[in-house]
Amino acid sequence: MVSKPHGGRLVRRLVADRTRERILSEQKEYPAIKIDHGRAIDLENIAHGVYSPLKGFLTSDDFQSVLDHMRLSDDTPWTIPIVLDINERTFDEGDAVLLYYGDLPIARMHVEEIYTYDKEEFAKKVFKTTDSAHPGVAKVYSMGKYLVGGEIELLNEVPNPFAKYTLRPVETRVLFKERGWKTIVAFQTRNVPHLGHEYVQKAALTFVDGLFINPVLGKKKKGDYKDEVIIKAYETLFEHYYPKDAATLATVRYEMRYAGPREAVHHAIMRKNFGATHFIVGRDHAGVGDYYGPYEAWDMFDNFPDLGITPMFIREAFYCRKCGGMVNAKICPHPEEFHVRISGTKLRKMIMAGEQPPEYMMRPEVYEVIRSFEKPFVE
Amino acid sequence: MADEKKYTTVSIPKPLYDKIKKRIEGTGFTSVSDYVTYVLREVLASLEEEEKEEVFTEEEEEKVKERLRALGYLD
Ligand SMILES: [Zn+2]
Repeated sequence: MVSKPHGGRLVRRLVADRTRERILSEQKEYPAIKIDHGRAIDLENIAHGVYSPLKGFLTSDDFQSVLDHMRLSDDTPWTIPIVLDINERTFDEGDAVLLYYGDLPIARMHVEEIYTYDKEEFAKKVFKTTDSAHPGVAKVYSMGKYLVGGEIELLNEVPNPFAKYTLRPVETRVLFKERGWKTIVAFQTRNVPHLGHEYVQKAALTFVDGLFINPVLGKKKKGDYKDEVIIKAYETLFEHYYPKDAATLATVRYEMRYAGPREAVHHAIMRKNFGATHFIVGRDHAGVGDYYGPYEAWDMFDNFPDLGITPMFIREAFYCRKCGGMVNAKICPHPEEFHVRISGTKLRKMIMAGEQPPEYMMRPEVYEVIRSFEKPFVE
Repeated sequence: MADEKKYTTVSIPKPLYDKIKKRIEGTGFTSVSDYVTYVLREVLASLEEEEKEEVFTEEEEEKVKERLRALGYLD
């Protein structure tokens, strides 16, 4: 049986066509809020149940409880505040407002509460630092003065160039059922696959029915692989090296917070809503810089006996010359000098220099795909 | 203001309390309350897992399958 949605029920905040048309025909009557891409994607994730049980942006009770206890006020595990910020109060509690991404009305929101918050407290509790060099902290510091809490209804989908690869929880749940998978392990990624990833995924797949590769598409930094490169690279890898009846690929849109341990739990919750029963927690999962210890995210899961998805802790894989294959620290007895660590940064440098990585680092087919793009990296 | 969360008191037998207190020595748990909370959450979660999973209407499911076939996820 695939996972039950987090909080018990899959949330869906879509309106019937007629209601939607009526709201849109009256759109001038609503106060408008402009939102950025990240918030628009949050809305989409709320509406399609990726963030179940959230039905909207957090009110102050839930917000404070998430900061203090990593739980919603009803005790459901929840580690990342999903909030909407504004700079000016141009409407009141009790109002219905329309949220716009560019000129497109994305959602209607029922404003339950407008409240102030402490940015340093937010940063410290969620990111464990108040250093504005941390991208998540910087984002919080750039937010508006108030937070707005309340339920939302989706009116329009946020434009998506990869709609064909973006599945919703209702869809993955039906897909897993149709494939006869009862246990599914999800893998979160923002990168093209190298042999280390493949090893970890296949080690996990050994114990379950299906593997769900779920790349995150969203905001990118300069030097990151472009979304289409990541998708094509995985498609190629699937075609040549993965069992067809035991692995699938679908993307999700989400803006990374880089909150390390807390975000690892959030990533697991999202995948639980997609129906996954297991989740691979990586080394330095959702980390950035050296704000978090390499395996700190693993310990975080101890706080959630009631999470409802099983974390799988698989050590980082490397190539051992003596073993003659991919191994990890737990299973290889040989000293460091035999180990070749596969780093994404190193691979990127090789690829940028037009140098093909050795086969024990990256599948040649994957390298060919990357090379086939004139500009595989974000500029 | 440091801790807004509301707590309540439940009674457990004193010998059980002492037993737990002894048991959590040297573990990550700092109080009997923490440990009891942990265990209860675990028990409740495992009970909930037994409950029936949510089902979609047949019509809804057919629509989803159609889209999955169109996208090449299903044959
Ligand atoms: Zn070895």
